[in-house]
Amino acid sequence: MLEIEGLCKRFEEQVAVDDLSFSVKPGEVLGFLGPNGAGKSTTMKMIAGFLRPDAGTVRIGGADIVDDTLRAQRNLGYLPEGAPAYGDMHVDRFLEFMADMRGLRGTTRRQRLDTVVRDVHLDTVLRQRIDTLSKGFRRRVGLAQAILHDPGVLILDEPTDGLDPNQKHEVRKLIANMSAGKIIVVSTHILEEVEAVCTRAIIIADGRMLIDGTPQALAERSRWHGAVTLQLRDSGPALRALDDLPGVAAVEHDDVHGEITVIGNGTPDLLGRVNDLVRDRGLQVEGVYQKRGRLDEVFRSITREALS
Amino acid sequence: MNAVSALFRREFAAYFATPLAYIFLVIFLMLTGVFTFYLGGFYERGQADLEAFFAFHPWLYLFLVPAIAMRAWAEERKSGTVELLLTLPISMWQAVLAKFLAAWSFIAIALALTFPMWITVNYLGAPDNGAIFAAYLGSLLMAGGYLAIGMCMSAATSSQVIAFIVTVVVCFFFTLAGYPLVLEAFRAWLPEALLELLASLGFLAHFEAIRKGVLDLRDVVYFAAMIGFWLYASAIVIDLKKAD
Repeated sequence: MLEIEGLCKRFEEQVAVDDLSFSVKPGEVLGFLGPNGAGKSTTMKMIAGFLRPDAGTVRIGGADIVDDTLRAQRNLGYLPEGAPAYGDMHVDRFLEFMADMRGLRGTTRRQRLDTVVRDVHLDTVLRQRIDTLSKGFRRRVGLAQAILHDPGVLILDEPTDGLDPNQKHEVRKLIANMSAGKIIVVSTHILEEVEAVCTRAIIIADGRMLIDGTPQALAERSRWHGAVTLQLRDSGPALRALDDLPGVAAVEHDDVHGEITVIGNGTPDLLGRVNDLVRDRGLQVEGVYQKRGRLDEVFRSITREALS
Repeated sequence: MNAVSALFRREFAAYFATPLAYIFLVIFLMLTGVFTFYLGGFYERGQADLEAFFAFHPWLYLFLVPAIAMRAWAEERKSGTVELLLTLPISMWQAVLAKFLAAWSFIAIALALTFPMWITVNYLGAPDNGAIFAAYLGSLLMAGGYLAIGMCMSAATSSQVIAFIVTVVVCFFFTLAGYPLVLEAFRAWLPEALLELLASLGFLAHFEAIRKGVLDLRDVVYFAAMIGFWLYASAIVIDLKKAD
């Protein structure tokens, strides 16, 4: 269990984190979202025991990060922002060093090292200096050291930042595979990532919590959630009719793609009513589909509201 | 303790990962030779001892030890690895100690490599080897004092160059604290009691007996306290500077 209660941090005049509370259960993958400067990294630094909170507590498996730092940190894997690592070391030496720091010994040490190298696909660069690695490999080395001791709690600050789409996919798969029985907190501003790996999402801005829910619930807050998009051969006559349809809040016309999007006002079965209308009027339909809410749009509207 | 030894080994190996260690060793050995034989007048003295050798150690350390100390924390801060290090299950004082001991061991090796000097003096005459051994120990202790100051300055900045320069200045001050050059500068505005305290903090004054081979307990305590104080200060500085 990761419990965060009333967490506050200020830097001189700037309030970075303002009374943040939440807890994460094993098996949950928490997406930690927010605009740049929202306090994501500061929060993660406090959870990891690097920065001391001005107020509030962080408990990792019951151990307080301030009063019982070492016990809390033993059960924690942390990938700091930018995935720092000792550039003058070779990858294998670096991982061995981290294993020693974590107190791994004997066959467990060897097994964990082998497993991690295989899972994160580092075998081709083991004998390279970390300095000389590409951004993608560096991030993977950072990830490898974080999961090396098989911690119960993983704090990953932008684990896929700067990776290409294939690498992003790999890292997400890795996170998803590890998530059983673990507590994982991932900060990101890539929203597709939240849908891909997270079971829960928290959005913060100005250090305050705005939303805490499942990605699904978040998507449902989108005004496009459940909207119906039509591709018509001749959209002209349909526009007015759709507008007059009961339960329709707005009709948007996209000239570029020749699409009409009908946004409902919340009354159920919008798709059915649109279908009926199409049939009654004998409209020539080339395509019709129902939209899911877009997380990025929800993110924008929520954070903009909060910041203004 | 396992973590301390792991960090110690990493830090120690890091000196040899770049040419720094070898450059340092070559320069250190060359300069000790030059100072001893040319400036110290080793032969002209006509005595079988190493006083001419040890006399220049404070001046060598003044410039060479800051070069060893400068990367210790500044580099960690610059590359962000300090965040990695301090979120590992190792306490602050253990990390400070491990880094200090690694650098100190490296200096000990440099010092040990001056052994041909010891052999030379034994070949030429019959020196008091006990005194020479004591002087070696004392010199290492003094190097530890310089190193601890350097560690603290390195913790205060993320620039190795700034760490180096500030360390040299602070070390210069402590080297000469008992001498007119420093004392005169403070005489105008420091009360007499504090001035005396300042005078008693000079490295040179405490090294005076050591270089002759006399390891006085007071000098040992002085350098040990110096190391303790600056390492403690390092830990505080690192903690304060985390948020930057």
